Amino acid sequence: MIEILSQSASASIQDLGRFSAVRWGVGTAGAMDRLALLCGNILLGNADDAAGIEAQVFPFEVRFDTDLAFALTGADCAATLDGLPLLPWSSSRAQAGQVLRLGLPQAGRWRGARTYLAVAGGIDVPVVLGSRSTQLRGAIGGLDGRVLRQGDRLPVGPLPGTGIIAGVMPPGLALPLAADELPAVRVLPAAEHDAFTGGSLARFWAEPWKITPQSDRYGFRLAGPGLEPKAPLEVRSHGIVPGVIQVPHSGQPIVQMCDAQPSGGYPKVGTVIDADLWRLGQMPIGTRFRFIRVDWNKALAAREEVEGWLTEVRRVTALLRARRAA
Amino acid sequence: MTNAPAVSCLGTSALLFEAPGETTLANQQRIWALSREAANWPEIREAVPGVNNLLLSFNTPPRCLEPLETRLLGAWEEAIALPLDGRVIELPVVYGGEGGPHMADVVAHTGLSVEEIVAIHTAPIYPVYALGSHPGYCYLGGMDPRIATPRRKIPVIRIPGGAVSIGGSQTGVSASDGPSGWNTIGTTEVCFFDATRDPPVLLQPGDSITFRVVEIRK
Repeated sequence: MIEILSQSASASIQDLGRFSAVRWGVGTAGAMDRLALLCGNILLGNADDAAGIEAQVFPFEVRFDTDLAFALTGADCAATLDGLPLLPWSSSRAQAGQVLRLGLPQAGRWRGARTYLAVAGGIDVPVVLGSRSTQLRGAIGGLDGRVLRQGDRLPVGPLPGTGIIAGVMPPGLALPLAADELPAVRVLPAAEHDAFTGGSLARFWAEPWKITPQSDRYGFRLAGPGLEPKAPLEVRSHGIVPGVIQVPHSGQPIVQMCDAQPSGGYPKVGTVIDADLWRLGQMPIGTRFRFIRVDWNKALAAREEVEGWLTEVRRVTALLRARRAA
Repeated sequence: MTNAPAVSCLGTSALLFEAPGETTLANQQRIWALSREAANWPEIREAVPGVNNLLLSFNTPPRCLEPLETRLLGAWEEAIALPLDGRVIELPVVYGGEGGPHMADVVAHTGLSVEEIVAIHTAPIYPVYALGSHPGYCYLGGMDPRIATPRRKIPVIRIPGGAVSIGGSQTGVSASDGPSGWNTIGTTEVCFFDATRDPPVLLQPGDSITFRVVEIRK
């Protein structure tokens, strides 16, 4: 068991997401930075889909009730275990009674917004409709379908026994992506792209967008040059996915994120590709960033780059495990 | 509105198929037929009917989209309206009062009396076109355009599950507490979603809803 000590209201149990219940109106939820959660699970020898804790308000504290290996990935938040500093993007061992504290996200070459605590065995809440992720609307998955509270005690699954104590280079450093020295995400145009005026589209692709304070796991509201439709657009409700960039009447886009509802009726200018959602999911409020237009082949290449990097992490982890076993 | 169906991509996660023409039950029945067909294709993770459209999510994005698009357009041409004879669920509704805080706005917009609005709202059998928005929520067809009322300029932060509301030319019932931009005119008690059931939803495309007036509160 691990116990939540913080009053912070916005940490939640997440895995990679719930992807086959959209036809029942259930959104995907899942980790905003799936690469970070995956790396934690790889280090610990967990299944890829083991659930961890996503923390996004700091400081955040938990106490281990038993000896347990854990990994911290995502935003570097100057974590300590009983006061002793821990390296970001690495696994460690805790002893029963020790307190893990996540401080404020640190500025550096790569600054994130969300930190993932993965534990050996995974957070063992029931699988609901194929996932342990917390789905707030409808209150399913996670712990009673809600964010974590002080005093919650979370069960841990059977120990995999194949974990290693090691670190991973953060993908934000290993797979950098920038445009005009600003962080960037790649976008495939969507159905209504060409229904916006040429001038406003040119600015959409060429100018920076800022993540406003009205941004959370549901969606990122952006501020920037604005998009103007050539004529009023009528769109009928249809299924959507995280990453869809909706344009409401204001012209200021909203990127739908992991807790977004699974359907929408706003015009869509594009979709942040799945391979880059983790980048956006880690951008703190106030970040200025750029969209990079890609076609299908470039989007697939981006996906392969991420998969290739994950394969390398798995390979090196397996090598280290073999060396230590020898 | 164009005359040809349109296929577009939602990143590398999904394809969106949009049928031409008006939103009608007959068109929607073809969407259901297309959905059943495409759900069996190996590269498709899930087929999700929307209102006159269909989302197809991928297990793994295909190397090349054209063959899938061609197959999808061909399947649409061959799709014959699938008249699903689902269940008809009657929902007892208390109209107006505390549970229907925006009834006055619908009165103001339509110029009809509360009694007339309730009579018009309880008359049709509403087919469930699709599910979406939140777990168990049904997009319904069939509302009488006389009671159509624009969505609210400022959405309500939290309306309760069971809220019966009108947004534009559509009506619906919230399946759980949450934000909404629609005008709530009444309330009902029904459980649309239970993750422990299989399927977890009370209603699916092809089922229908009728509303019965229990009481009109001022």
